[in-house]
Amino acid sequence: MSQPCISLSGLSVAYGSFVLMRDISMQVNKQDIFIIMGGSGCGKSTLLRVLMGLKEPALGTVHYGDVNFWASPPEQRQAVMRRAGVLFQSGALWSSMTLAENVGLPLQQYTSLSAQQIREQASLKLAMAGLAGFEDYYPSEISGGMRKRAGLARALALDPEIVFLDEPSAGLDPLSARLLDDLILELRDTLSTTFVIVTHELASIFAIGNNSIFLDAESRTALAHGNPRALLEAADTKPLVRRFLLRGEEK
Amino acid sequence: MRQRRNKRKIALRNAGWLYILAPMELHTQPLVRCIVEGNTLTVLVGGSWAMGKAEPPEAQQASEALQHNAPTVLRLSASPDLAAWDTSLLAFLVRLVKQAQSKAVQVESDALPQGLRRLLALTLAVPAKAGSAKNADDASLLASLGKSIRSIPQSCYDVLDFIGALARAFARLLVGKSTMRRQDLWQAMYECGVSALPIIALTNVLFGLILAFVGAVQLMQFGAQVYVAGLVGIGMLRVMGAVMVGVVMAGRVGAAYAALIGTMQVNEEVDALATFGFSAVEFLVLPRVLALMLMVPLLTIYADLMGIIGGFLVGVTMLGLSPAEYINATISMVPYKHGLIGLAYATVFGIIIGVAGCYQGIRCGRSAAAVGLATTAAVVQSIVWIIIATAIITIICNILRI
Repeated sequence: MSQPCISLSGLSVAYGSFVLMRDISMQVNKQDIFIIMGGSGCGKSTLLRVLMGLKEPALGTVHYGDVNFWASPPEQRQAVMRRAGVLFQSGALWSSMTLAENVGLPLQQYTSLSAQQIREQASLKLAMAGLAGFEDYYPSEISGGMRKRAGLARALALDPEIVFLDEPSAGLDPLSARLLDDLILELRDTLSTTFVIVTHELASIFAIGNNSIFLDAESRTALAHGNPRALLEAADTKPLVRRFLLRGEEK
Repeated sequence: MRQRRNKRKIALRNAGWLYILAPMELHTQPLVRCIVEGNTLTVLVGGSWAMGKAEPPEAQQASEALQHNAPTVLRLSASPDLAAWDTSLLAFLVRLVKQAQSKAVQVESDALPQGLRRLLALTLAVPAKAGSAKNADDASLLASLGKSIRSIPQSCYDVLDFIGALARAFARLLVGKSTMRRQDLWQAMYECGVSALPIIALTNVLFGLILAFVGAVQLMQFGAQVYVAGLVGIGMLRVMGAVMVGVVMAGRVGAAYAALIGTMQVNEEVDALATFGFSAVEFLVLPRVLALMLMVPLLTIYADLMGIIGGFLVGVTMLGLSPAEYINATISMVPYKHGLIGLAYATVFGIIIGVAGCYQGIRCGRSAAAVGLATTAAVVQSIVWIIIATAIITIICNILRI
């Protein structure tokens, strides 16, 4: 068993007086491809926002290694987040910059690389995401799927230890989605990157996920933990989870 | 469809018109029949149902029968003359079933055609989630007044928090630790400075012209039209040039900043900055506020000049002053300190426009409507605060006797 990378315990998240989820505990290990899944409106993206430091939980703790994330000062939270990369649902590329500048900005701010090296790194990351040659395009000039891949390139800019992906394959054609899955596996194996992925793309969940949490909108808590394939086989998996994993078809 | 029906009509007509008329009439309107037998209410639907056709009066009767006769079983059935139907029939049936369910009446729908039965089951499959319907807000005058008063402390805190973050970002810039990108500052300066020159020229020439006309009406009466030069010069330099630039820039640039940053908020671009540990205030707000702080005074100097040109045009063409006379009068009657005071106004206006525009953008919600609201608020607040600041600075100058 590898060491835990992120661990949550007793986490509750609320918007004002509305409690979105309560008592969530989970553990993401190093080199995991951790899937956050569940029906729409169950708080998958919100849980990701808590992990990314954008939404403070009402109760409970998030530990990155030994660091108690939400109890530490903003500077330290930033230092933790600097080891992480994020792909937002819609890409969230900075619209006033070209793709190369988007990928290069974190490098420019956090490394002492020369302009030429930054450009080279940016081209490399874009090529890894399948966007070679698109360095000087603006986000508005490329398609939605390409924006998503450019967002992934930006998430990978600083060679992060942890990458958060919010619905990476939504809106991608099956082949691109497959390429993305392959890229994720490749990065996990070569650079030992840990992935936390919000998705309900079943093909991806089974192809790459080796650990998961299932959130339920009804009971507002986690119904299952563990490897998605094992969950499907296990006898004690809750019916709701099994139905989700089988697209509603009972075996 | 109509064509086909017409064809059928024609074909039938050839077969003998008396025979066809009665059934055709039946099929064009929705029909409902209610039958009460003991504890069972049977509702028969028939005819042809289409959206836009009025429900038959019997539909209302069915609902009333369910209400008053207190049956224990509601049997839904289709009469053989049920021809075409669409979701309007489904809506009617769902309404009946829901009404029955609320009164714990048992519903039998086996006699409906299969398609209709399946759709009905599908519609009723997922019950409305408890608590998911929104409670209507109390919209009375007192309630909304109370709500807006209760939100004052929070919004004061938000504004102060924002200004504090901006001041800290500025301090970091002064000690050279800022992450602000220089090209962002240049870009913002170009956008709010150079591109605004034509509109500033137009508005201020006209404004100088207006000032000169208004002054001339009084001054002409005792032959003192040369004082128009002083009136226009002092008026423009001391305050009006800065106010005109402020108002134009609030509409031109303040709104643009609010919309730009607001849209970045909608697209999660601001969140993306935060996850990289970049401060949105340093990255987005500081360059824009700085640009306005620098460019509004510069534009004001230009605006002053344009205003004086406007006055000059009136003085020379309408009031019978010679060009040299007008220029000399301007130079001798307008001390330079008015220009400096005007620059002080302009700097403050620049900061106000930048802060209002960027603040509204940063706290913008995540929808297109929110961007619209943010833009409106940015312009309105800029202009209101420009006028308030003008009053305050004027009073201060008065107390200091400058």
